[in-house]
Order: sequence, then structure tokens, then C-alpha cells
Amino acid sequence: MSPDSNRTFFLDGQEIPFREGQSVFDAAMSAGVFIPHLCHNPDYEPHSSCRLCTVIVNGRPFASCTQPAVAGQMVQSDTAELRAMRRTLTQMLFVEGNHYCPSCEKSGSCKLQATAYHLGLQDNHYPQFFPRREMDASHADIILDRDRCILCGLCVRISRDVDRKNVFAMTGRGIHTVIVVDSASGLLKDSRVTVEDEAVQHCPVGAILVKGKAFEVPIGERIYDKEPIAVASVRRFQAREALTHG
Amino acid sequence: MSHNLESAANPEALRRVVIEPVTRVEGHGKVTILLDEQNRVHQVRLHIVEFRGFEKFIQGRPYWEVPVLVQRLCGICPVSHHLAAAKAVDMLVGARTLTPPAEKLRRLLHFGQMLQSHALHFFHLASPDLLFGFDSEVERRNIIGVIASHPELALQGVKLRKYGQEVIRHITGKRVHGTAALPGGMNKALKASERDELRGGIAQVVAWSQAAVKLSRDFFTSSEYSAEFGTFPSNHLGLVGAGGDLELYDGGLRALDPGGATIFDHVDYTHYNRYIREEVKSWSYMKFPFIIGKGAEEGWYRVGPLARLNICDRVSTPLAEAERQAFRAAAGGGLQHATLAYHWARMIEMLHAAEAIEQLLEDPDLLGTDLVTRGARALEGVGVVEAPRGTLFHHYKINENDVVEKANLIVSTTNNNQAMNEAVRQVASRYLDGRKLTEGLLNHIEVAIRAYDPCLSCATHALGRMPLEVSLLAVDGEPLDRLVRSAEGQLSRPTL
Repeated sequence: MSPDSNRTFFLDGQEIPFREGQSVFDAAMSAGVFIPHLCHNPDYEPHSSCRLCTVIVNGRPFASCTQPAVAGQMVQSDTAELRAMRRTLTQMLFVEGNHYCPSCEKSGSCKLQATAYHLGLQDNHYPQFFPRREMDASHADIILDRDRCILCGLCVRISRDVDRKNVFAMTGRGIHTVIVVDSASGLLKDSRVTVEDEAVQHCPVGAILVKGKAFEVPIGERIYDKEPIAVASVRRFQAREALTHG
Repeated sequence: MSHNLESAANPEALRRVVIEPVTRVEGHGKVTILLDEQNRVHQVRLHIVEFRGFEKFIQGRPYWEVPVLVQRLCGICPVSHHLAAAKAVDMLVGARTLTPPAEKLRRLLHFGQMLQSHALHFFHLASPDLLFGFDSEVERRNIIGVIASHPELALQGVKLRKYGQEVIRHITGKRVHGTAALPGGMNKALKASERDELRGGIAQVVAWSQAAVKLSRDFFTSSEYSAEFGTFPSNHLGLVGAGGDLELYDGGLRALDPGGATIFDHVDYTHYNRYIREEVKSWSYMKFPFIIGKGAEEGWYRVGPLARLNICDRVSTPLAEAERQAFRAAAGGGLQHATLAYHWARMIEMLHAAEAIEQLLEDPDLLGTDLVTRGARALEGVGVVEAPRGTLFHHYKINENDVVEKANLIVSTTNNNQAMNEAVRQVASRYLDGRKLTEGLLNHIEVAIRAYDPCLSCATHALGRMPLEVSLLAVDGEPLDRLVRSAEGQLSRPTL
């Protein structure tokens, strides 16, 4: 990375260099500072819906994944108030869905679970909603388990922007929002989705999974068994940066 | 048989003594005893008061989750549920025969489980009764008392369990509730370094297991209780190997009647429901299985260490086989029907597990990496293993979308339900009938239950002193006396 030396901002007092057009999030991660996030995957366009990456910029809250870095701005991320807000948001995600980590095949490689560990969640705090959500196991190779969906919209965006299939969409409002499938029956088996689709590969939780892979990776070798999400995310981001920007 | 004590004719006219919770067992249960004015016993029931519902809530889940999900039934024997479910799931992917490395890894895992579970029960849960006496001072009749008076023995118990847990950890990644079995195989090969670490400790484990067998044998052969305490004829059921060997992971079902005659033998366990049925009773969440051919009244049976040593023709490892012969000889050539013989049988099995682990650790297949096989898909699968507490049945039906539609689990302790009820009725008749109740006498009831090492589920883990409340009611229901023992062991007699 070779940012302009005049382009820096301050994140929790640390001077962070950035390139023209970079977001606060990207610049922070490039500099090795982790900002918790769920809906954002740096390989795709940001969405700023989960609000977990919220930072305070010059006294006002912004989603860091979509907030452009500006020279000289003062940004706060690792504060008691923001940590509490992130914990609360994550707890709400846990109670609004049905997340049974002990038997979930995504456990150990799940971004929601790893983020919860990172934020020090001790419990869900709020009463569990126990929503009734339909699982779609109709496809021969893919399963859609809406119980685990956190409505990050990543599958919707990737299917639309990358796969060019528009297989997934969100319907309903507020707490009743669910992922739906573009097919006459509403089932995956009748949609254009295939196991090769990028949208199928990048669900941060276990909502969209390829069948036949469950528990293949032993405990100890899963993504977040090896290193916590703060380390894994930064390392992955920096490797990506090195590849694309030299 | 003591069916006459299952239901009293006039329960409303009797006073009720409750032991709740039953302690030093896995899970939550209670015993109710109905007595008349002369303290004669009219009704005794072991109630299982928890409701778990696993059979229901795995419906709708994809089948590959099941082995990992159902192991949460228990914190002591999750490996048994994991493997029974895995065997059922193997059938769903057409892989009833696994590759040698996968099968041997599963067997090693199962022996590790057997070792740790049996050690836990004998040293932590049962030994206070056996070492100090059933009605010894309650203040020391617990694991803390064992540590104080027999520190070496207590430490051996801890280390034996630790070794079994380490076997499990190396294979599943965690000591409790790891992952290992996949549909048709296993997810991780054992590393040479892991095998070598286990090799390092196994000789001591075998030696300690031998000492534990001697301790349990000496107790049984010298105890005044052995002959009469919960001793009653019953059928016995379990898996045996093709040659009639003691078999814990995969074999055919054998059932013997109280006289030792064969009821059925080498039955393919996938056909279990042609031979076994479950009865439901209104006063317990636990069902009552029985052998169909003999009917509910005569067809109930015992499972677990006692049954397994009764039904098998031999044990494949030499030290345990020698002990099995001594065990059978003590029964005078017939089947051993004494409830307290469970402890002795359990320790013989622990020795067998230790020896079998030692053998497996020398097997070159154990480090093999060909771990998964697949065949023709099926929509129904049955898996049966011998869990530490007895025969464990898992049966699943799935739909064409790979989702579980129906599940039936007959867990080990359920198989012993009627037997445990028989045991507490027999003990109540023999030791409580007509006598003034004391804590020590009530503990006799618990000793009978503990011998079966019941896993009443893992919702509670009551270890140590027993919170107990005994109320004495007049025939008209008026309270006459009340004795309360707190969880801290304090006795009090609240004002009525």
C-alpha cells in the first residue's frame, strides 16, 4: 500500500493513512485495526445495514464501511459506548433468529459466533423471539436455513451483482423480514441457483450452505479455532490489499 | 418380581415419602414410597421428572446434523449418542461398512468413552456407598469424603477419567461434545504424535483398572448385601459379536431369559422394533421397553454391564476375560442377577476398555487417512451401540430433501426402567418395610438406583449431599412430622 502521506486521519488517536476513495473501514483494516462488522465482506460493495461497524466521526455516528476517509478527521471506534452498542446489536441478532451453535455446522467458522466472542457476549440478554422460519432443503446441493439468517443481504447483493441471477431477495418489513427465493414455487430447487454461485459461497453465518460438507473440518482447524476474528479478518484483508494494490 | 408394589390399591390413605432428587446419578429423578401406619410399603416408583423432547425437535433438521445435535442429550456419554446416530446416518448414505481406519477410530473413541464414564461412576458416584457403607455418616458419604479417606484411590479415579477424556479429545477435538463422525466415516485422522501421547499413559491405566476390578470384586464377594440387595431374576439384553464376544460398538442383539436360555440371538439390530416395544405409564416421562415375544409383564429386561457380562460368551482381551470367568463363577454357573454386581461388571468392562485401547494404539490402521465411504442412499437408518449404561437405539427416517421426519431413541437407561423400579421395590420391601425411616435407610433406595448408573438425562448434575424432605402424614392426610435436609447437609425439623 502506498497512500499519500498527506492523507491520514486519526482512529482512536492512531494516525491511519488512506488512499483516495477508501472508506474508514478499509483504511483501518489496511492499517491493522479491526472494526467489527457482519454485513460487509470487503470483496463486495458495502451495504452498511448491520451498523456493527459504526464509528464516531467528528462526533457523529457513521457506518465505517461506507464512510469515506477524510484527511484529518477524528474517528473513534474502540470506545466503551461503541463496544456496548455492538454487543447490543449482536445480542438482538441472536434473539431475533434461531441460532443453535452447538449443533450448527457453521460453528467455528461463523462470523456471528466469532463476533460474539470478540465482543465478549456472555448471554443474549433479551428474551428469545423463537421465530418460526421455513428451511428450504429442496435443492440437491444447497440448503437455505432461514433460522440462521441475519439479513445481512450479502447473498442478495452477490446474486444480483456478481452471479447476475437475482436468486435471493428480502421480503416483509422489520422483524418479519425474510429471505425469499426467485422461483415460481419459491423453492431453491426451482430457482436458477447452482452450487457454483458466489452467493452460495459467502454467507457469513450458516443460512446458505452447500450440502455434504457439514463437520468435514475438525475442531481445531475451523477458521476461528486458529485465530480470533479480529486477527483473521485483518490478516485476510491485508493479504487482499497486497494482491490488488501491491 | 414385585409388580404388586407398582400401584397401591388405596394411595389416598397412605403417607408418601419422596426422595427428590435422587443424587449421585446423572439427571433428575425422584422416588416415591407409600407407607401405611405400620410403615409397611405399599407402593414404590422411580419417576423420571424431566422432559427433553429430542425426538421431536430433531424433526425438520438435515440428517447430517443429527450425530452432533443428539450428543447434547448427555454430558457424560455424548460419544455414545454421537456414534449411535452416526451409525444410523451411515445407513442413510449407504455406508454401513466403514473403512478400517474410520471404524477403528470410532471404536477407540467408544472405548475412551466407556473408560471415562465407568470411572466417573465407580469412583465419583458409587464409591462413597461402597467404601463407607450404605448408612454411614452422611457427612462423609460423598466424593469429598473419599478424597479425605482414600486420596490415592480418588486420584486414580480422576486420572482414569482424564485418560478416557483425552482419548475423546484427540479424536473429536473436545473432551465433551466435539465432532468426529461424518455420514460414512470420520472427519480427522489420528496423528502419530497423538497416538504416542496416548500410548504413554495406557499401561498405568490398565494397572489401575485391574485394581478397580479387585476392589469391586472384593466388595461384592464380601458384602452382606450382595445376595439379597436388589437381586431378582430378569431377562438380559445387549449386543454380542459374531463369535459371542462382548461387543460394544457393533454386533447382533442377544437376549437371554432369567434362566440363561436364549430368547433371540444375533438379531440384526436394524430390525429391533420387531423384537422390542415400549410401554408408556402415566407417572413417568420414561417409557418401559419390553421384549415383544414375552409381553410387557414378563418381557422387561436389564441392559448395561451386568447384562453384557451375562449374555456374552467371552471377552476378547485377556485380563478382562479372566475377570469375566471369575464373575460368572460367582453366580454359580447361571446368570448373575444381583443389582450390586453391576459395579463389578462395570469395572471388568473398564479393564476391557483399557486393554482394547492398548491394542488399538498398536494397530497401524489407526493412523490411516482413508476415512469416508459412501454407497446407495436410503431414507431410513438405525444405529445401535452399547453405551456405558446399556444398549442404545437411534432410528431415523428422512425425506427426499435429506430432512429428518421421524426419530425414535431408546436410550440405555430407558431399557433399565422396569429393572430399576424392580430394584427399588425389592429394596424397599426388604430393608424399609415396617421400620422407622432414617436417612441411611432411604439411601438404600438410592444405592439400588445408582448401581444401574442411570443417566436420567443431563439437565442436572447432582453430586454430593442430597437435599431431602421427608414428610410423615397421618392416614387422614394430617402432617405429623417433617424432616428436611438441605443441600448443605443440615438437618432440620420445621415446625408443623
